[in-house]
Amino acid sequence: MDLQALGLTLRLAATTTVVLFALGIPLAYWLASTRTRVRPLVEAITTLPILLPPTVLGFYLLILLGPRTAFGRVTAHLLGHPLAFSFSGLVVGSVLYSLPFAVQPLAAGFRSVDTALLEQARLLGAGRFRTLTSVLLPLSTHSVVAAAALCFTHTVGEFGVVLMIGGDIPGATRTLSIAIYDQVQEFSYAAANRTSLVLIGVAVLALALLYAHRSTEDASRG
Amino acid sequence: MRLVADIAIRHRQGRFILDASFSLTGAWTVIFGPSGAGKTTLLRILAGLTQPTSGRIQLGDRTLLDTAASVSVPAGKRSIGFVTQQPALFPHLTARQNVAFGIRHLDRGQCEAHVSEMLRFFGAESLADQPAPQLSGGERKRIALARALAPAPDLLLLDEPLAGLDDASARDILARLLSLQVSGQVRVVYVSHDLAEIWRLPAEVVCLEAGRVTAVGPLQQVLAPHRDQLLQQLR
Repeated sequence: MDLQALGLTLRLAATTTVVLFALGIPLAYWLASTRTRVRPLVEAITTLPILLPPTVLGFYLLILLGPRTAFGRVTAHLLGHPLAFSFSGLVVGSVLYSLPFAVQPLAAGFRSVDTALLEQARLLGAGRFRTLTSVLLPLSTHSVVAAAALCFTHTVGEFGVVLMIGGDIPGATRTLSIAIYDQVQEFSYAAANRTSLVLIGVAVLALALLYAHRSTEDASRG
Repeated sequence: MRLVADIAIRHRQGRFILDASFSLTGAWTVIFGPSGAGKTTLLRILAGLTQPTSGRIQLGDRTLLDTAASVSVPAGKRSIGFVTQQPALFPHLTARQNVAFGIRHLDRGQCEAHVSEMLRFFGAESLADQPAPQLSGGERKRIALARALAPAPDLLLLDEPLAGLDDASARDILARLLSLQVSGQVRVVYVSHDLAEIWRLPAEVVCLEAGRVTAVGPLQQVLAPHRDQLLQQLR
């Protein structure tokens, strides 16, 4: 069992989930409340990673984060190292790759809140931030839990994007799914089996937590 | 405080959906008319929840809306409370937290005292710690009224607030609302299509039919032609 890869994977998944919430909540709020004509386009772009082959996303990110682009050169200058083949680069890739898994459930949850409640919040002087924190988020807890579970497990299990951007550097970019790939290449099937079981365990645990939360919510609603 | 409104909502084909103009000075105004007359739409425009095609709303010396000058004060800054037919209480909060939601500029102790006073005013102090979903229809109305009045609005809009209540609850809530008139704390615009409910209100009335104002004046005087209808309702 590659404990170093396990630790790195969990750190990557936790960081990605936190960053995705910071970006995804405002984006989902905007998507749920805006009437602008560009909304379908923005929705399509945020959903694209679900359909796009991970290697395609990884390839373009590798180019973007590398020294060939101004963005790559600027970030390398600011961070003191290139984003490609680094943990920070993995976070950028994971955030983009898992963006729909945060935005879609959150936006669906926000849209399901009764508009009469939002109107009352407005009438009572709540601005957009207070409406979000005091009305929308507390009434969308199931969507928040779903988004967190999906983002975390999706990041834990990602392979193509991670391999393209980060390669296979032990302690820096080698995640569990890459460790499994390495173990299979080395015909260490027993090790690959153990590592795979850990990934299955993480996925089952996340889904169990999600459904347990839904049951608790259903019970509290009577 | 005078309420002056001249508002219109025009359909895409140019047809008027609502074309209402009135100037009111009394503490209580009843908007009376049949279902579909545009009463709720009128209240939503006053509250700032629906944007009219054109118009102007003046409350005292404040201009709340003037489409010609591109002025539209946001709903939360109009100092208007709005209680709808289905009181939209925040289901994740208790009755007390619902009432406290719109109170600003008070410290915690003052806020709690004010919330208790509002709950007491509507005979709902025993409900303070009840979660909103556990309240009955009448209790929800009381909490919604307390919540709308808690921020001390200049104008209180009531859209059929007694609909669906039993007679005793309706009478009790109406009596409490009328005591506001005595204290002169807030101007009330009260929507109803129930003649029996509004007949004895010391109010001026705006009659609305198919989106147009058909009469404005003292309630019993304007609605006198409908007296037979009232007597039939009461029989």
